[in-house]
Formats: sequence, C-alpha cells, structure tokens
Amino acid sequence: MSGAEAFCRERPFKVNWPVRCAWFAAILYALYAANYLDVSWARFVVGLGNGATFLAEMVPPDFSRWQLLIDNLIETVEIAIIASAFGVLFSLPIGLLAARNLLPSWVTWPARTFIALCRSFHPVIFAILFVKAVGFGPLAGILTLVFASIGFIGKLFAEAIEEISLKPVEALRASGAPFISVIIYAVLPQVLNRFIGFASYQFDANLRNSTMVGIVGAGGIGGTMFAAFQRFDYDFLAAILLSIIGLVMLSEFISIRIKRVFQ
Amino acid sequence: MTTRTGNALAAQPERSLRVEHLVKAYQPGKPVLNDISFEVRGQNSVAIIGPSGTGKSTLIRCVNKLIPPTSGAVFVSGENISRLSGRALRHARRKIGMVFQEFNLVERLTVMENVLCGRLGYVSVWQAWRRTYPQDDIDRAFALLESIGLADFVHQRADSLSGGQRQRVGIARAIMQEPHVLLADEPTSSLDPKTSVEIMEVLVQLSEVHRIPLIINIHDVELARRFTSRIIGLSQGGIVFDGPPAELSNDHLKTIYGGEAWLQ
Amino acid sequence: MTTADHYRWQRFTPRERLARFAVFLGFAVALAASMRTVEVIPEFLYDAPTQVLDLFKRMWPIEYSYYPEGVHHALVETLHIASLGTLLAIVMAIPVGILGASNIVRVPALNWLAKLILVSSRSVNTLVWALLFVAVFGPGALAGTICIAFRSIGFVGKLFAEALEECDPGPIEALTAAGAPWPSVFLKGFWPQAAPAFWGIALFRWDINVRESAVIGLVGAGGIGMVLDTAMNLFHWDRVALVLLSIFSVVIIAELVVTNIRKRII
Repeated sequence: MSGAEAFCRERPFKVNWPVRCAWFAAILYALYAANYLDVSWARFVVGLGNGATFLAEMVPPDFSRWQLLIDNLIETVEIAIIASAFGVLFSLPIGLLAARNLLPSWVTWPARTFIALCRSFHPVIFAILFVKAVGFGPLAGILTLVFASIGFIGKLFAEAIEEISLKPVEALRASGAPFISVIIYAVLPQVLNRFIGFASYQFDANLRNSTMVGIVGAGGIGGTMFAAFQRFDYDFLAAILLSIIGLVMLSEFISIRIKRVFQ
Repeated sequence: MTTRTGNALAAQPERSLRVEHLVKAYQPGKPVLNDISFEVRGQNSVAIIGPSGTGKSTLIRCVNKLIPPTSGAVFVSGENISRLSGRALRHARRKIGMVFQEFNLVERLTVMENVLCGRLGYVSVWQAWRRTYPQDDIDRAFALLESIGLADFVHQRADSLSGGQRQRVGIARAIMQEPHVLLADEPTSSLDPKTSVEIMEVLVQLSEVHRIPLIINIHDVELARRFTSRIIGLSQGGIVFDGPPAELSNDHLKTIYGGEAWLQ
Repeated sequence: MTTADHYRWQRFTPRERLARFAVFLGFAVALAASMRTVEVIPEFLYDAPTQVLDLFKRMWPIEYSYYPEGVHHALVETLHIASLGTLLAIVMAIPVGILGASNIVRVPALNWLAKLILVSSRSVNTLVWALLFVAVFGPGALAGTICIAFRSIGFVGKLFAEALEECDPGPIEALTAAGAPWPSVFLKGFWPQAAPAFWGIALFRWDINVRESAVIGLVGAGGIGMVLDTAMNLFHWDRVALVLLSIFSVVIIAELVVTNIRKRII
C-alpha cells in the first residue's frame, strides 16, 4: 500500500488547468446570464414567499369535481393510446426506411429529413399549429403526439437497426428470401426488444405530453388544468396534478409488466 | 422422403455449376478475379485454396450475385444467373445454398427457426411472419437436425450453441433450400481443429447424401486434401491449379501461397 | 418425438401465446374503445389539409424585418434561460445523483428520497412546471430558468446516478482499502469514471432545454415563446413564421454544437 502513502504525501494527479478554467468560465457566465435575465436573489426570496402561500392554498386538494376530473383523465388516456398506436405503426416503417445499412440513400434521405422535422419542434408548437388546422379538441392533440412519436421512435429505431449484425441479413439474402422476409427474420429479431422498449417509453411520454397539449387547447386534462391556474383554483389544481402523477405511475407499472411478456 | 427426392432428381437435369470467364474489379483496371472458368457437376466436392485476400470470398459471392461480377457468366444447372435481377434472381438464389465462416445465424431465433430460414425463398411473406411452414418442410427440418445430431436443440436459441453446433445449423439451413450447388465460405475458420474435421465430414456427407455439388473455400490445405476430390488453386485472381489432390505438389503450393518455409 | 405421423413444431408454448394474445387483445380493445369515444369531428379531419394550406399562405412571405426589433432579444433570452437552467440543474443534480447511487450512499432511505425527488421532477411536464413557477415568481425569465432547472434535475440526476452505479468497483475498493477519506474516494475513484457520461448527459439535456425554453414563454415564463404567443394572439402569421424559423435554426445549431462537442470529449 505504498502507493496510498504517496497519494497522501505528494500530488500524483496534475491540476487540470483547462478544466478549472472551464469551471471558472461557467461561473462567470452564470453571473452574466443571471444579470441579463434579471434573475436576482431578492426576487427569488420574494418568490419563495409567494410559493409558500401557493402551496398552502393547494392543501387540501379538492376532489369534489371528480366527475370532470375522471372525464378529462379518460380523454387524456384516449389521446395517448390512439397517438401511441398510430405513432408506433408509422414509425416502424419510417425507422426502417431511415436505416442506412439496409437501404440506398435516396430512400433514407427523405425518411431522415422527415424524422428530423418531427423532432426539431417541441410538441407544443405542433399542437398550436394543429389546433389552428383542425380546431380545438382531442384530434389536434392526437395529431401532435403522432408526429412527436414518429420523431422519437423513428430516430431511435433507425439507430437500433443501424447497429445490428448484417451477417444473418447476408445469409438470408443468399438463400433467395424476399426482402420483407429478410426484414422479419434477420432484422426484427435483433431489434424487436429495443423497439418494444422505445414504444412503451413513448406511451409514457405521450401520456405525460397529452396532459400538456391541453394547455394550448388540444384536448385532455391540460385544458382544465390551465383553466384552474387562471382562476387561481389551486386546490383543484393540486387534485389534477396528483391524478396526473398517479396516472403516469400506473402506466409505468403496466408497461413494465407488458415488457416481461415479450422478453 | 428419399423416394420423393429420388423421383424429383430423375426428372431434373444434373445439378451443376459452371463459371465462365468471371472477372471482378472493385476498381477499374485492378481485377480481384481475372478470367475465372471452371465447372462442377454431380456428386463432386471441390476445394478452392489460396492465400487470404486472393478473392476466394469474392468468387463465392459472385456466384450468387451477393457481389455483382464485372463480367463473365455463372450457370447453375444450366441457368444463367449473371443476367438475372429482382424476383428471378431471388428464385435462382434458392438453388444456391451457402455456408458462412461466421455461421451468420440469427442469434435470437431458435435452432428450428434458423433451419427453416432456408425455406424463406419458397414460402410467402405472410407464412413466414406467421411461422406456418408446410408440414413437409418441418418434417425435413427435423430429419435433417436428427441426422446431424442436433435433435435435442430444436427449441434452443442459436446464441446458446457452441461454434460447431452453430455451423451445423448453418449447414442444415443451406440444405433446407434443396440447392443445386452448395457453397461454403471458409466454413471451418472460426472453429478448433477437431470441430473443423467434424464439420467437413458433415458437409461432405450431406452433399453426397443429397447429391449436391459442393464448393468449399478453405485455406487449410490438409483439410482440403483429406475431404475433397478436386482442388482449385487461386493466386492473384487467377486459377493456377485445377486437379485431384494427389497431383497437388509442393511446387504448386509454392506458386499459390509463395515462400516455402511453411511447407516443412 | 411423438407417435403422430408428423413432427409438430410451434414457435411459442401455449402459455406464451396466450400472454401475447392477451396483450394484443388488450391493446386492440383499448384502441377501439378510445377511437369510439374520443370526440373527434371527422369533418375537421377532412378539412385539415385546406386549413393547413391556408395557414401556410398567411405565413408567407415571412416578415424578416421584424427580427431585430422583436425577436432577437427574446431569442438570446431563450438561450440564456436554457444555459443557466442547465447549469443550475447540474449543480443540484450532482448531490441528488450521489444520494441516489446505491453503491455510494448505502442508506436505503436516502436512496429512496433521491429517487422521489428525481421521479417527481420528471413526471411533471416542463410546461406544467413553468405554470407553477409563473404563479410563484410572476411572469418572466426567472420563472423560466427555475422551471428548466427543476425539470432537468430528474433527467440529469437519474442518468448520473445510473452512471455512478455502473462504475467499476475495483479502483474504489483500492482507494477505500488504502484508507483514503470519502471525498478523495469520490473525486479520484467515482468521478473520473462517471465524468464523461455526466458531461454527455448535461450536454444532451442542454440540447433538450433549448427546445423547451423556446415554448415555456407560451405560459409566460420568458423567452421567445412569449413573442410567439403575442404574434398568434394578434394573428400576425408572418411573424409567427419568422419565430418558428428562428426556433428551428437555433435548435439545429444547438444540435450541431452538441454533436461536435460530444465527439471531442467522448
């Protein structure tokens, strides 16, 4: 253990100046940005006071309008289910088309661009545009989440396919199997587990996001929540937030169970 | 089963492979394979020997157009493969069984699914998806797995098998295609010496039982001599020896591999 | 194998098939039920292409001249919110992540506490966090920054805790056996192993935060979202187009920056 003694006596590790400078720069930047944004300690403290009243008003949560709450939750779940179903359905072929190791670039390029477009805007922005296009209500929310799902699963699925071993693909091509059969036998078994993982993750994400798209009028519990905010109805708000968290936890529990079936 | 195959054979022309003036150049002017011609027919096993990088793998893959040849023609049982594409090419590939150096099994599927993969060219996509193969195929697959000693592994996943067992599955998959010619690309290179011998025995025996001409890429000259009836020596993209193993002399080997120290 | 004439082969055992069938059936029923009861007006769906086209027509031509006057400041503010929020999140996520790593802190109660913080941070959506903090701090960038920071703790902390738990115990045992004090064990044993993952996670989160801070303004939490909200309320679609284009460019640039830095540090 002589190494440990040396460790205590001298400094076997060199001081890493670039890293220190980076930390210093980060602190400087934080100060500058705080100043730019007018973020100050005084405002923070005032806010904390508000926060205390805010929290106090949230307790106890008001579940008296449970009928409305349940209706909204059901709509939220419906939006999430439909959006996930179609999102997964579309992202399977699109992800496949975007895999550069299986298909020529004139196929992958449009698919990759489409996925990139779906990803680059936040779902809320899609929601706003769809609300303008198809009016208020769950349809806008469904369309939003379908696109969000394609952006997310499509990309991950394409990456998963690009990481597979091409050896079985070569073997099945050599045996004269049709392209789709090659995909079914040589590609899907290698990526199916991951795909199911992505899909169930996306279902959770859709559930969380479908609580959000309502804020801009795209259906689900978000609209009611936003209204509660604007009316300073904080005890009802607390009830809504608690039910959302409960819903998300329930869906995570279910998706763990479902993943086990496909193991 | 045997009678069925027997009748089918009687009706068909003899199974054969003919390669004519095959040239493959990845870069123009620098051919990897230069004017290769040979013919294999009937129950005949041929070893293609040569140093690494001399185009053995390319030659095998040019036969089934996994790699498109630059020029020349390949005939399987009289049918010209080199002009085909699309569906016709797929149907032609069914007649060419292939065994790979690294087995190329689908690791996550069971042994049976891997063997049935050999029938994918014959069944529809829908049948493949539903895993509903004709009973005939399933019977043959079981018989084949029994004959190569894998009957107890039918339901195991391929990634739970040893190297030798995997290669047997690979061979069974190729035989399931009912091919007219069996190509093996360095089938023993990933295996230990004892297993290599066993695999060569399985290959030669199955090709004899099913009367399929067998072409083996192999760098191990001793294995080639022991198991095949004809050896083709490849060097720098051309054929430098073609004849029975007995005629393969040290001089030939020197031309094929270069140097002589290793011959002792 | 059997006394029957033919061998039987099926991919799955009856039990497995039953479980799979049940899952598929469950999905199908849930989907069918949702499709039946969700209040979608089909006419709106058929009308959608016309409406979208109309929207694009109103967006064109994009009012570029509005950029210096109305968009630039908000865009810079958005970037600051994202960066400062990420920095705050990093500072807060490190201790929470350490608490959550069961191979460092061997007190299950503390692990659970950390998990609770991380889960609640993640299961509330950014926009909902933004609403909460706007209610607390009033509209503006302060609410936005805190919102981004709180939302990011869960993400960064969870992945950091996982990276710590994956650390090779060898060097750590050696340090502990040598009697090194706890901070040294962490700094010389755990940190060097987890640092690349940690910076990767932080960068990734910054990238996400750029996207998110662009929309939290819709509920009043500062940044370019507020400009977007105003332009939409006034039906200035040509300005909306400009804002969307700016967001798009910044998002793409952020992604390029992150990809390049990642390549260098990992």
